[in-house]
Formats: sequence, structure tokens, C-alpha cells
Amino acid sequence: MSILVFVESAEGQVKKTSIEAVAYAAAMGGDVTAIALGNNVDSSELEKLGNFGASKVLHVDDERLNQGVIQAYSSILAKAMADTGAEVLVLANSALGNPVSARVSVKVGASLVSNVTDLPDTSSGFKVKRSIYTGKAFANVELTNDKKILAIKKNAAEIKETGGSATVEKYSADLNDGDFGAKITKTDKATGEVLLPEAEIVVSGGRGLKGPENWGMIEDLAKELGAATGCSKPVSDMDWRPHHEHVGQTGVKVSPQLYIAVGISGAIQHLAGVNSSKYIVVINKDPEAPFFKAADYGIVGDAFEIVPKFTEALRAAK
Amino acid sequence: MKILVCITHVPDTTSRITFTDGDTKFDTNGVQFIIGPYDDYALARAVELKEQLGGSITVLNVGGAETEPTIRKALAIGADDAIRVNAEPKDSFFVAEQIANAAKDGGYDLILMGRESIDFNGGMVHGMVGELLGLPSISPVMTLDIEGDTAKMTREIEGGKEYLEVKLPFVAGCQEPIAEWKIPNMRGIMSARTKPLNVVEPSGNGENTRLEKYELPPAKGEVKMIDADNVGELVSLLKNEAKVI
Repeated sequence: MSILVFVESAEGQVKKTSIEAVAYAAAMGGDVTAIALGNNVDSSELEKLGNFGASKVLHVDDERLNQGVIQAYSSILAKAMADTGAEVLVLANSALGNPVSARVSVKVGASLVSNVTDLPDTSSGFKVKRSIYTGKAFANVELTNDKKILAIKKNAAEIKETGGSATVEKYSADLNDGDFGAKITKTDKATGEVLLPEAEIVVSGGRGLKGPENWGMIEDLAKELGAATGCSKPVSDMDWRPHHEHVGQTGVKVSPQLYIAVGISGAIQHLAGVNSSKYIVVINKDPEAPFFKAADYGIVGDAFEIVPKFTEALRAAK
Repeated sequence: MKILVCITHVPDTTSRITFTDGDTKFDTNGVQFIIGPYDDYALARAVELKEQLGGSITVLNVGGAETEPTIRKALAIGADDAIRVNAEPKDSFFVAEQIANAAKDGGYDLILMGRESIDFNGGMVHGMVGELLGLPSISPVMTLDIEGDTAKMTREIEGGKEYLEVKLPFVAGCQEPIAEWKIPNMRGIMSARTKPLNVVEPSGNGENTRLEKYELPPAKGEVKMIDADNVGELVSLLKNEAKVI
């Protein structure tokens, strides 16, 4: 089986979610070709994909693709599927992967499933399991078309080093003006911090922190853990924290190994954004906070005392 | 300004999720249905744009007759008329094709919808509609303003946002904080009863996926409580039991 994997990059490096997509394709078995777009990704990064299961990496070295131009990306991926004979396209379920893969699926007539959580079952037909109802249930779905596209949820695949190597080849895309119908005029992006949707550990603060001036202790704890910082909806609504930190049903949905909630009561909309976390720690002064029911570990008490002590204890345990 | 807003009819966020018929059907027993929260944002922004620029709003839903109360609510919020495609929304492509077929001769300047539904969380329909109609599609859109024949918007990306410009018409998948949700007032509720709601039959090639069955995740275990004076124990549990640090 020939599989194409679209890899996204940020700050010169291939994103971890895209490495997971390569690992997922490798675990499916078959010949894995990765494709990267834009000239702001280091070639050593692309070569590294061989170690995770890609045999070849196609690189469209075009400055116009340094930002996620949805139409241009989808045109290139459709062409690359045809040129490589790929039956399956695999990519990360992301703010870019989803809108791009939707267009590719129409261009190539593929069955498309997003939020995929497990490897396909090919014992009869081609079936995958996907997360639905914001993590509260799963659907087992059969992809009935010859061509298939899978948008993989974070942590759906285990990254394994194969010791393999990949050749990196320049790939040219036939793009026209129509592919650049939407112009990106500016980008505001946090740099150098752990990105929330891809973080292995997330520390989130809620209204219990009483004001934006008290976020220092959340940031200290996050720094100690190498974690991303998040917040509840009221906190982002009050502009205590930027919108891209809002975790929940209508914000960012996270699936880290560890989610630490400080001063968040656990409204159902917030839980919907965190219920894919492997472990949840809740720190709240209200023993009746509903979040404790969804937690693995809980501490009832004053966050202003507990969080600095927790940071200190982590430092001491290193 | 002619705007099409596509809405989903979904279980309220707080609904308990269970399945029937050998785990092949969602159990609607006792479930309250609502306009999808993301679609609510799209509709709210459409209402604001209509107030600002004039024009009309058509709301569209793919669903059976049971979705009509949800469609009427959208009419009460400010849509002028509605289209219901009389079919069960089976998968993203099926829904996208119904929307594209209904929209292609409508002369819409803007096609708005939520970034995803809260039942299937596909996040795919806006992109498919854009491709089917040969229009740009952008999602997830956080702010949207129209200046002449150009839309200026911001799109959420991991860790920040992009500023974009696109010529009308185009398709957008919307999310907060694009607008404040609108609550229907009494006048809106009364007028919604008499606004046109046209039912059309589905057309197209059908779906590209087939649901085999649903399943629920395993039940969560009991929470382990740790004394506030003993955070060292939490560190030890995360290190040695959960093995996540």
C-alpha cells in the first residue's frame, strides 16, 4: 500500500503531531512518502523522517507556502497523491490539516475521516475508530472509496524510531492564482513556547486565580514541567489570557499525557475539551467542584499555597 | 449582502451520550437538541453583518422534520428564510454536497457555518463545500469584517492567529469570538412562525463512509485525593504511578 503523509512544520522543525502521522502510516504497513511545503523547514528535519518510517520525503521549496494557504496546500496534496499513486493520505488533525484535507477529499474523490484514534482494521474492508461527541464516545467507520484520507488525533500513534533513512527530493507544484485566493496579510504567533494543542503536559488556570496578575505561578509550574499553559472560558472572555489558550468545547481541545487544572470548577464545556487527557490533576478549594469527578488525582485547598509548593517539590525531585 | 448560514441540529452540550439498536443509533430519549454552538456564532455574525450592510440571511439544515424547531429558532434569531434538505446527515461529504447543491444557484456572497459540529466534530464540511463550489474556504475564523467586495478576517492557528483577506464569495467555518450569541426576542419568535421554510429533497452521489457502530469509552476510575500539606505525594504518584513526569 502506498501512503502519503502531509507534514507540517513550525519554527524550522517538523511538528510532533506530523511525526506521529508518519509513525501511524508506518504502523499501517506499506510504502510511506512524506511531503513538506514551504522553504522554512530545515532539510535535516526532513531527513530525520526516515527514522520514523518514511522512505522518501517530497519537499516543495516555495516561499509562498511558508504559511498555511489552504487552497494551494490542497492542490499540491491532490497532485502528489496522483503522482505517487498513494491510496491513503495521512495527516495530523489540526487547524490546518482539517480544512486542507476536506478540499483534497473532494478533489480526489476520497473517503475522509477526521479525529482518528486507532490504526485501521483491514480484516474486512477498511475501518477506523474516531472520536465523536467531543471525546465522550467513539464511532467505528468504514471508508468505502478506493482513496482514503485519515486525519489523526494527537497520541493516536506511538512514535517509534526505526533506524531507517529517507531520501529528500524536490517536488514541484503547478500552482495558479486561484490557489492563492485568500491572502495571509499578517501572522501573530507565540514563539518559543510549548503549543497547547501539541503539548504533552498542560497547566490551566481558572477564575479561582482571581486575576491575570496571579498567572506567574501557573507559568512557573508550567516551565518546571515543560508544559503549555491553558485557561478556562471565563478567563479568556475576561481577557486575562489570550484566546488561543482557552481550553474547552468551543476553544482548544487538548489530549496531553497530563492535564493540571488550577482553580477551575469543571463546567461540562471545559471537560469536553480535556476528556482525552491521559491523567487529570485538579487543585481547587471547593471539595464539591465537579472537576474532581473527572480527575485521577485531586487536592482540596488554596491554590496560592499549593501551586508554589508543587513547583518546589517538582524541582526538588529532579 | 446575501448570506447563507448552515446549521446543525445537535444534542445539548450537557446531554448524556448513549446508543440504541445494537450501538448503531444515538439515543435521543430525553435529549434536548440545539443549534450547534459554532453555528450559533456564525448565525450571530451574519445577523450583525446584515444590520450593518443590509441584505438577507437564509439558514440551511440537512435533517428530518424533527430539526424544524431548531431551524425556527434560527429564524427567530434573525434569518429571513430557511431551507431544510430532507435527509439524515450521514457523513461530511453527504452534507457538503447537499449544501453545495442548494447554494450553487443562490447567488450567496457569503456561506457561513460553524467550524465543526459538536456531535461528529468532523470540521470538514466547509472545506468540502468550498471545493465543490470552486470557492475559497477558511476555517476556523475568529473575526470577520466586510469592506466592499473583500472580507477581512482572522483565523486561529496553533499558538496564535493569521490575518487574511479574500474576495467574496467564499465559505467560512466560524468560532468564537466572531460574535456574541443572539437570544431570540418575543418579536423574533412570533415572526419566525410565518417565515418561509422550504423543504427540498436530497440529491447527489451519497456518502463516502459508512457507520458500523458506536462505542463509549471505559468508565473513569475513582479520584485519588491527596492532602494539601503533602504535595510531595502528588509528585511521587505522577512520577511512579502515572509515569507522566
